Amino acid sequence: MNIDLQAREITPLRNTYDHVARHIGGDKVASRYQEATYGAQPMVNFHYRPTWDPAHKLFDASRSKIVMADWYVLKDPRQFYYATWTMTRAKQQDAMESNFQFVEQRGMLSMMSDALREKTLEILMPLRHAAWGANMNNASICAYGYGTAFTAPAMFHAMDNLGVAQYLTRLGLAMGDAQTLDDGKQRWLDAPEWQGLRRLVEDTLVVQDPFELFVAQNLAIDGLLYPLVYGAFVDDHVALQGGTAVAMLTSFMPEWHAETARWIDALVKVAAAESDANRALISQWAAEWSDRAQAALAPVAGLALGDQGPTALSEVLDQFRVRCKKAGLAL
Amino acid sequence: MSNVFIAFQHNEESRPVIDAIVADNPGAQVVHSPGLVKIDAPNSLTIRRSTIEEQTGQPYDLQAIHINLVTLSGHIDEDDDQLTLSWKH
Repeated sequence: MNIDLQAREITPLRNTYDHVARHIGGDKVASRYQEATYGAQPMVNFHYRPTWDPAHKLFDASRSKIVMADWYVLKDPRQFYYATWTMTRAKQQDAMESNFQFVEQRGMLSMMSDALREKTLEILMPLRHAAWGANMNNASICAYGYGTAFTAPAMFHAMDNLGVAQYLTRLGLAMGDAQTLDDGKQRWLDAPEWQGLRRLVEDTLVVQDPFELFVAQNLAIDGLLYPLVYGAFVDDHVALQGGTAVAMLTSFMPEWHAETARWIDALVKVAAAESDANRALISQWAAEWSDRAQAALAPVAGLALGDQGPTALSEVLDQFRVRCKKAGLAL
Repeated sequence: MSNVFIAFQHNEESRPVIDAIVADNPGAQVVHSPGLVKIDAPNSLTIRRSTIEEQTGQPYDLQAIHINLVTLSGHIDEDDDQLTLSWKH
């Protein structure tokens, strides 16, 4: 008896869901990112207004002054949905684990001079609280923003900020003990150099417009803070003085900043290109918040880099202006 | 003139690679068979890392195509940025 094995191809009747097909122009094969994003925003059947904000619907685009015909155009160029985001971060977490192992096995932190160790902790430990503020703000963007394409990556960004705070905590514990963390908090609360930044972070916590908050926190504040602290201070200053270990243990931050900057710039660019009113608003927000961030970071730059502080900050500011111009803002 | 071809398992991971090949090689013919996607191209076929990265928005290691690569024919010329199949020596 012969058994004839045949492969039979079964073609799917439809390539994707109707609500996704509407967004990508017909029944084409859709990526996981598109399927996880398009049509996920609740838009209709809000029978009751939230008791805590009767002026708005539960999900309401008018919470922001930014007007978009379709909020789904604010796509994430990294195409992050839950799976791709967790896989990317898991890889980075593995790299960071081996960095910690490398540094701890060789006792590299104890090779640093006491003065350098003190300086590093003086600058990095209070930033745990700044990262927590960024976490709260991005959670707020996710809660009050509109359109899954915009809000979902904001939640990822919030958790990333928590990750940054945790890496700083681990660094503090590796270089010191629990007291090190308390000292950092005390500096954040009391040291005069930090009060400008603390005030700025606390003021952003009550910004109501989700897109303004996005510009303030992610573009303006982090856009100046990360290049200044992890570029000019850690990589160019601490590492050169024998603190390579610190650069290794914070290597996630500049890498993450460069990656997320692509997302932030893309959103700003698309939202600004939508209308002149949007462009004017975003430009104004970027200018106002970056001015405040610059003022708040000036004493921190001085504390970190001494005489070179102002130069480093103005270089960072120049890069920031170039970045904003590329995104189509008028600064 | 003769064809070169490359075939991948048909899944989510290989889709951006296939899309990139189609974008970069105008003469490429995509043939779907169960579980498999075979791409025929006259003379030569190039896979570019940059095109795959445009599709996914993420950095891509070209060696990762081997996870889903089933078979190919042609002489291989490859580096970090591209892989080309052709019959040239």
